[in-house]
Amino acid sequence: MQWQSFSEFIAMGGRGFYVWGSYGLAFILILAELRLLAQRRRQSLQRLHQLQQLEKD
Amino acid sequence: MNIFRFSSPQTFYPLAGKLIPVFGSLAALFCAFGLYLGFFVAPTDAVQGEVYRIIYLHVAAAWMSMFIYLVMAFWSAIGLGLGTRLSFYMTQALAPTGALFCFIALWSGALWGRPTWGAYWVWDARLTSQLLLLFLYFGFIALTRSIEDPRRADKAGAILALVGAVNVPIIHFSVKWWSTLHQGASVSMTRSSLASSMLIAMLVMAFAAWFYSIAVTLARARRIILERERHTDWAAAEIARLGRELSVTGSR
Repeated sequence: MQWQSFSEFIAMGGRGFYVWGSYGLAFILILAELRLLAQRRRQSLQRLHQLQQLEKD
Repeated sequence: MNIFRFSSPQTFYPLAGKLIPVFGSLAALFCAFGLYLGFFVAPTDAVQGEVYRIIYLHVAAAWMSMFIYLVMAFWSAIGLGLGTRLSFYMTQALAPTGALFCFIALWSGALWGRPTWGAYWVWDARLTSQLLLLFLYFGFIALTRSIEDPRRADKAGAILALVGAVNVPIIHFSVKWWSTLHQGASVSMTRSSLASSMLIAMLVMAFAAWFYSIAVTLARARRIILERERHTDWAAAEIARLGRELSVTGSR
């Protein structure tokens, strides 16, 4: 391992902004996709369930 | 076992449900391991220093974005040829994740380009064809969502996916065909210009991207299946069951 300290790890040899900017946004976008997926599933099920109730009547 | 059995949405739906946690956990494990290798085991690059570590994200995302488009084209061809509904559902389930990886590849590439080339963006062949891929994804999503009749949307989307697939080899070979700022391939079937620990970390991250894509696509496909098959008996029963569960937890 090449890191002597945590701050050195964060600094990434002076390129921390670029490295963490890449990984950071990817992480956020992946979390957003997972959230959106769960949310859309719930909304879709609610709508389909309501439609089903309406069609029954 | 007859694999064609799983081309029926009814048999695919529960199978997908069982596979999602498997691929989801594999994705998390591989991602953690790949990041560990990439940040703590792989050495500093002799030329680029530490900034090269973007590679573990960038290459995995770029490969995935191209591969997903090819898989979409494959399912589109099957769907148009055999008329299997599930093929179209798969194509549509893949698109958002493909767009996500395409965007991550462009974004991480920009942040990598600035310190190494001095520019976030240049209009060179590799970058431009990758940007076109992002627009193809957006176009596919917009097209399939804007057509009211789902069967026509399926067909129109499939044609776009097939035609757009021409762009994927263009992206791949762009670094050979034109003189570009983007470096050539670091890895091929026969040789690699990377240290072996770097290469392993990169491959582990690529597998993580694969597993993640499979898990997310299956989850999305399940939703699409229920929406599109809601008038069949089994789907109606599933909707009734899940809908009841939802209203129980929702009212609590």
